[in-house]
Amino acid sequence: MSEYAEHDHYDHEGSKLGMWLFIFTELLFFGGLFIVYAVMRYKNGTAFEFAGKELDVFIGTLNTIILLVSSATIAMSISAIQMEKKNLTMALLGVTLVLALVFLVNKYFEWGAKIDHGLYPGSATLQQFGHGETLFFGLYYFMTGLHALHIVVGIALILIMMVKVYKKKIYKDRFVQLENIGLYWHLVDIIWIFLFPLFYLIA
Amino acid sequence: MDNSNLPSYLEYKGKYKGIFAWIFSTDHKRIGLLYLYSIMAMFLVAALLGLLMKTELIAPGKTIMEAKAYNAVFTLHGITMIFLVVVPGIPAILGNFFLPIMIGAKDVFYPRLNLLSWWLYIIGAIVAISSQFMGTGSPDTGWTFYAPYSFKTQSNILPALIGAFILGFSSILTGLNFIVTMHRMRAPGMKWLKMPLFPWTLYGTAWIQLLATPVVGITLLMVVAEKVLNIGFFDPTLGGDPILYQHLFWIYSHPAVYIMILPAMGVISEVIPTFAKKEIFGYNAIVLSTMLIAFVGYFVWGHHMFTAGMSETSLFAFSFLTFIVAIPSAIKIFNWLATLYKGSIMLRTPMYWAVSFLFVFMIGGLTGMVLGALATNVHLHDTAFVVAHFHFIVFGGLGFAFFAGIHYWFPKIFGRMYDEAWANTGWIIFFMGFLTLYFPMFLLGIQGMPRRYYDYVPEFHSTNIISSFGAFIMIAGLIVIIINLFRSAKKGEKAPKSPWGGKTLEWTIPSPPPLENFEEIPEIK
Repeated sequence: MSEYAEHDHYDHEGSKLGMWLFIFTELLFFGGLFIVYAVMRYKNGTAFEFAGKELDVFIGTLNTIILLVSSATIAMSISAIQMEKKNLTMALLGVTLVLALVFLVNKYFEWGAKIDHGLYPGSATLQQFGHGETLFFGLYYFMTGLHALHIVVGIALILIMMVKVYKKKIYKDRFVQLENIGLYWHLVDIIWIFLFPLFYLIA
Repeated sequence: MDNSNLPSYLEYKGKYKGIFAWIFSTDHKRIGLLYLYSIMAMFLVAALLGLLMKTELIAPGKTIMEAKAYNAVFTLHGITMIFLVVVPGIPAILGNFFLPIMIGAKDVFYPRLNLLSWWLYIIGAIVAISSQFMGTGSPDTGWTFYAPYSFKTQSNILPALIGAFILGFSSILTGLNFIVTMHRMRAPGMKWLKMPLFPWTLYGTAWIQLLATPVVGITLLMVVAEKVLNIGFFDPTLGGDPILYQHLFWIYSHPAVYIMILPAMGVISEVIPTFAKKEIFGYNAIVLSTMLIAFVGYFVWGHHMFTAGMSETSLFAFSFLTFIVAIPSAIKIFNWLATLYKGSIMLRTPMYWAVSFLFVFMIGGLTGMVLGALATNVHLHDTAFVVAHFHFIVFGGLGFAFFAGIHYWFPKIFGRMYDEAWANTGWIIFFMGFLTLYFPMFLLGIQGMPRRYYDYVPEFHSTNIISSFGAFIMIAGLIVIIINLFRSAKKGEKAPKSPWGGKTLEWTIPSPPPLENFEEIPEIK
């Protein structure tokens, strides 16, 4: 409402409501994929278990821990800003950012190794396996890929939050943006919490 | 609350000049008009395509185009009408303009997000339409993009899919914005059950936009992945399931029908009490049935797939639920009729549209029951009957309600009256053309004429001539209506504050409204 003199109205509850609605949208967005997963697995149960053995449970577990810790640090940064501890907020957001990057690096090596083994959609190796394996890896790349895209967006958002905290645009009485980004980050986390067992642990 | 000395939103000078004062404006009223002009442009293009189809069907065999061109035309007609016209339609134009005013607010909760929605709409429209001019030929899948043809076809389908995906975002953001606006910005004293009915229907619509659109978004992305990466979800040769695509598609696209029709019902619920000079009959029943439609509408998608292959249990369940979802719509019809009963009815242009809405909407709704019944559906599936049915509902329902709304609120939007004689002439030509065009298609469908074919057997010729003739009449009516409105927006007589004696808040402020709508936020007693 840049044309308005009194555009400066601030509604913490309203902004948070908007974010929650956006999260509902995201959940249904991934929901479509979880439906596809459920149908495919129902039809190709054993093939899914077999293909699941190809995934590296160690990296999966590591990434799960990384995301859980990053969720904790971003939550702590929201508490820190309310206690007027700007430096602590910056530090906690920094840790979140680093953890997110580490997650992506792990993902890069994980995907790289799979592709080296010829396990990617349309590959010759995958065609030797049955339909179930093809679908499993199709879903694996599609779902973790979309999730990784959300991590990338999250990294950009966390960077913006750090700039805003640094410039004191976000402070003790006005931190709803940071809180909303925190909600987004928890969403990314919780989707991973479902992806992890559905792909890595079914074997 | 006299603020008539303030400059109106049309005259207001912001920091941008010329066209930028519009395309960068975050004022909900200007954004509403941006949507009005862009959606109307799309509508005229798609209506012209429809006319081309009806011209092709005026005689058996090739009349003006080959089968391939016909496939491309009905695909573009469908994509444009659905994604670019009727889904945004009433919420983006009339909703944007009147929702904040009717709940006594100065703007929507997120004005900049609102502007972003319009930009996304424009970008999505450009991407979707670019599919016509680039690559390997116009898409020929129909607007439903059914798998596996959608990723096997050689035509240029990717831009259409991505365009539809972007348009979905625009729709989601509008819905999100409206929900937060209604939760946080109602004027003091306006309890939920004092909110006017048009905002209420927008509220139900917004929830569908928010919760159904992402499902089709992800589905379209999966088709993109199917085409680009060969990922296999819907491809039977890779073990995928094309029926699954249909399920996912209709999980959105059936609720989308209620995105189209709910706001239309809201407009009618405003127009009828104003011109019957009565309070609406059964306000609570309308609110409740609105939310019921929004809810039950999620569980009926299977009725698009009765012949696609489903278990008998699912068939029965979906058919049963389809009958259930008709009840809340019928409740509304009774409410409107009861409002007219013993009212002091003023037959003005918006009322003509509203009353004819009741007529066509009931025909559309009842033929929907014919299609919702399992046995008749097998006979009528994918025939002209289906085409007639959904044009009665979507065009007859939403289209008539939109014209009712635009004639109702025109004086408020532009501050000028239109020529009522011309408006009424346009309405009667349009209405007659509409019936002549679509009524014969019911008969053709019962006789077994399939939809989406450019050719037919000679037995269907005479009925098709009548139908095509109707298309020309209807377009003539449309031209009269649009020219009249365009002319009146510039040259019409100055409109008073409240030309029809409406009871809602928009009639308490000047026509056209000042930038911030209300000088002081009104209190509702």
